[in-house]
Amino acid sequence: MTGRRGGRPLVPAYLSTGGLAGPGRARLDRLSVLSAAPAPRPADLPAAQLALLDVLDGGSLTVVEAAALLRLPVSALQALAAALLDRELLLSRPPVPPAERFDPDLLKRVADGLRSLRQ
Amino acid sequence: MVSAPSGSSGVHLPDTAGDLVKILVAGPFGVGKTTLIDSVSEIRPLHTEERLTEASAPTDDLDGVREKTTTTVAVDFGRISLPDGVVLYLFGAPGQARFRPLWDDLAHGALGALVLVDSRRVDASFDALELVEETGLPYAVAFNAFPDAPRHHTPAQLRAALDLEPATPMVTCDARDAASSLGALLALVQRLVDRHPSEPR
Repeated sequence: MTGRRGGRPLVPAYLSTGGLAGPGRARLDRLSVLSAAPAPRPADLPAAQLALLDVLDGGSLTVVEAAALLRLPVSALQALAAALLDRELLLSRPPVPPAERFDPDLLKRVADGLRSLRQ
Repeated sequence: MVSAPSGSSGVHLPDTAGDLVKILVAGPFGVGKTTLIDSVSEIRPLHTEERLTEASAPTDDLDGVREKTTTTVAVDFGRISLPDGVVLYLFGAPGQARFRPLWDDLAHGALGALVLVDSRRVDASFDALELVEETGLPYAVAFNAFPDAPRHHTPAQLRAALDLEPATPMVTCDARDAASSLGALLALVQRLVDRHPSEPR
């Protein structure tokens, strides 16, 4: 944890959601994977939502990565993403299939992966 | 097509990304959390600004209603793409008890925590240790090897000072060094592999 790097975000967090109080569906995980849906972008798209789709131009990002790049709090990004999901302009998937979390095989893959990188 | 903001290139997830998991890197200010994350992360250091509304008094306090204060804290994170499609995220978790709500949010779904300790001020990590234990996260302890750290303590003395269970991994690492940091993370994950999870958390 460090102090602030850089200055103010372009869009204040309280304006970025366009007045949406919160996501109207199950909250996205910090590590939910977001990608732009292959759909034309409506002309009336709020700037903040457009900015989110823009950072997803080059590929997928997690919620927390998109929040960091757009310099928004995670909660604001979650609301933006929820609005885009509702309009089917965004795709999301959970970080790990629920049944797989803390699966011994997954843990072993993490251990083996770290071991291979250390060499 | 509008181009993405400058500097975001190279941040996107690899196409091979499958399962995304996370580990918390916990400890007090200045213990080397950010240094460790940066030494192993494949993406440039990123952080989010997290706003906290802190209730300044417990609910059963009889002194009357006190003001709530909102503070902002930066949470650093990094990413390691492992072979086999697993992507490991590391989150720097503030170790102070007053960040409990943020802590719970970060800990949700985490595999475990690596608690960093500065052997020059062991007691500064007590809060972080208490938080991981309260959250029920499996953890390992890593002493960040500062050059002027005292070297006369035996592992047994350090274990006693931190009141660690015998099975809790305790290692020394140099947070500036990627291989050393990966070794500390491995000590935690190997512990998770070794213990037979009888019930999902």
